[in-house]
Amino acid sequence: MSTRTTGAAPVDQQPRRRLRASRAWFGAAGLVVLLSLVRVVTGADDITSAGTVAAALGLAVPIGMAGLGALWAERAGVVNIGLEGMLILGTWAAGYAGWTYGPWYGVLAAVAFGALGGLVHAIATVTFGVDQIVSGVAVILLGSGTAQYLSAVAYADVSGGGATQSPPVGDLPSFTLPGVGPALGDLEAQGWFLLSDVAGILRGLVTGVSVLTLIAVAVVVLSWFVLWRTAFGLRLRACGERPQAAESLGVNVYTMKYAAVVVSGALAGLGGAFLAIVAASAYREGQTGGRGFIGIAAMIFGNWRPGGTAAGAALFGYADALQLRRGGESVHALLLLVGIALVVVGVLLIVRGSRRAGITGMLVAVAVLVWFAVTDLVPGELTGLTPYVATLLVLGLAAQRLRPPAAVGLPYRKGTSS
Amino acid sequence: MTGRRDVRSPALGLAAPLLAIAFAALLASFVLIGAGDPVLGTFQLLLDYGQQPRSIALVLNAATTYYLSAVAVAIGFKMNLFNIGVDGQYRLAAMTAAYVGGTLSLPAGLHQAVIILTAVAVGAMWAGLAGLLKATRGVSEVISTIMLNAIATGLVAFFLRKVAVPVQGSNNIGTQPIPESGRVGGLPLVPDSSLEVFGLLPLAVLVGVAYWLLLGRTRFGFDLRATGRSQSAAVASGVDVKRMTVTTMLLSGAVAGLVGMPQLLGASYSYSLDFPAGLGFTGIAIALLGRNHPVGIAFGALLWAYLDVSSVILDIEGVSREIVTIMQGTIVLSVVVAYELVRRYRLRDEQRRVARELDQQRAADAEGVPA
Repeated sequence: MSTRTTGAAPVDQQPRRRLRASRAWFGAAGLVVLLSLVRVVTGADDITSAGTVAAALGLAVPIGMAGLGALWAERAGVVNIGLEGMLILGTWAAGYAGWTYGPWYGVLAAVAFGALGGLVHAIATVTFGVDQIVSGVAVILLGSGTAQYLSAVAYADVSGGGATQSPPVGDLPSFTLPGVGPALGDLEAQGWFLLSDVAGILRGLVTGVSVLTLIAVAVVVLSWFVLWRTAFGLRLRACGERPQAAESLGVNVYTMKYAAVVVSGALAGLGGAFLAIVAASAYREGQTGGRGFIGIAAMIFGNWRPGGTAAGAALFGYADALQLRRGGESVHALLLLVGIALVVVGVLLIVRGSRRAGITGMLVAVAVLVWFAVTDLVPGELTGLTPYVATLLVLGLAAQRLRPPAAVGLPYRKGTSS
Repeated sequence: MTGRRDVRSPALGLAAPLLAIAFAALLASFVLIGAGDPVLGTFQLLLDYGQQPRSIALVLNAATTYYLSAVAVAIGFKMNLFNIGVDGQYRLAAMTAAYVGGTLSLPAGLHQAVIILTAVAVGAMWAGLAGLLKATRGVSEVISTIMLNAIATGLVAFFLRKVAVPVQGSNNIGTQPIPESGRVGGLPLVPDSSLEVFGLLPLAVLVGVAYWLLLGRTRFGFDLRATGRSQSAAVASGVDVKRMTVTTMLLSGAVAGLVGMPQLLGASYSYSLDFPAGLGFTGIAIALLGRNHPVGIAFGALLWAYLDVSSVILDIEGVSREIVTIMQGTIVLSVVVAYELVRRYRLRDEQRRVARELDQQRAADAEGVPA
């Protein structure tokens, strides 16, 4: 068990990671094939269109940043329910500094404010050892209260702003890979099986990508590198697995936990900056919409690993984007996909010996497929539920193979055993 | 020796929340100074407005709802289950109950009972889903209840559009209003106030007593607390943890189902788009504030309601009312920090006392032994 998680045995780890990576690629490829199959059968072109993919990418970024924030904190043994509050602080700071000084300052301010929220959480949980959930809830209250109060003070009498909204913030640059867009667009328009779908997905990924999205992707990779390839990262993760052992080896557990939780807040702040500057071009009250919580779900979905967290965020972003783009039709097409996927998973589960779960999965699959067969559209109110239902299904079928850090959520005091 | 501790224990216990409130007020003062608002004037407004008879009735009403929500959360907390889903549970329950109550026509008494039982059943079912997922598949209830909240929001919007009728005099939509036979009249508890207190306030008290009895006086409550403290010890004493998980979530959801009832049967009579939302979240903060104790939660609910109600006046006077949210957040955080400090202080105190006693004993022994 420990070889997989602590990185202490490089000899054993190498083939295992290659296996995991190849399985991830295999799964992604399978998903694309399945998606294009569903598109051809149902004619719901938006499920692999460039527009959907681009929207999904944008929606995934704040969730991914919150998820990555949760990952940093939990890897050091601190549950961070307060991410939502840090996200809100980030949106406010991005709106304020972005409006006053320019968008890049907005990003910096958002990161700083998010980190400040993280610092409050760290002081409460690490120094005072209070219950981490309690502190997180308090940070959410503090974050939303502070942002609302400050925006009433700062924006109420400004032209273009209001008590719940900042004046518009300038744009950040965005990039398009030159030369390939039109060619991919032509290919996408042909409607061929698989080829057009791949073209659409690629076009969505290389057209009009915000610089913050690129930074976010870089941050995911960087997080993986720092946490799994440096001594600092090993020590930090040790604090989440067995703080007493880390302490006995001379690691300052408090410092590590502080660092992790402050970084966690800073990442959430970055997510807030994306929401305020790229997604909306202004701070608006309530624009985070519970993405802090969804980020935590994405992290659990990703089994406390950066790549998995990014995949979870992508899933949420995709499901979110789909309902925005001819939602009724697209989500209806997705029912077929979910039905097929559930049948496959159900068979796999039964083969592996967990019969009850497998049969439950099959029953749900049948219900979904019947729903698909007897209707043409999914009602508007229900299309928005796609990401949540998807998460429940995925977790329900996969949860028992997840492994959180061993000491997550436990208070730690220097010099104590247990 | 024990006599001294008995006097000091409650005093120390009380010191923590009072310190926290003082600290919150201090922090709020700094924020007010920073924003250029009058500090003393603002607190004076909060105090004065909160003491008007109408405000007191409003506080009692809000506290009733908050109390139910906080007890629902606390039941889960006692077993280390974090039911963030109270929010979705009570809204789905209130919507279904409002629909059932508006559609049926039954004799008074039975009508209310049917409505309330519907709400309890729906709330329990929605929370039970999370319990089942946790017990059978090991899905963290934190995540599943967050998801179920979002799903409840969508379902409520969906069904509301199916069954709704326009609310008179606005472009709001809601369920068919519950007829006279299904309503619960108000109680004129506050003298000089035209506003009556929710008729279901006694229900909240009843739930509090039941919660206290269940936890402290029954085998089930003992098992529940034991599982919360140490799962392995509970298993060793024969507790079926999976079953406890499902039962606890069912209970928590059942109480969550009640959250919307005082408002529904006492004031709104129908579930419409503007039915109060977010009460589940408030419940979490209050349960934490009251340390999951039935009496503590009551104080927490009253304090919270008082701050909420009296904050309304601030907007009218040109001070942003969100200062109260900042205060509430600070109170929650500083209360737990204060409790922790008190706990550490007690621990040190006890260690010192034991050390002193041992010293004395050793000294006495040394004297007894001839040199």
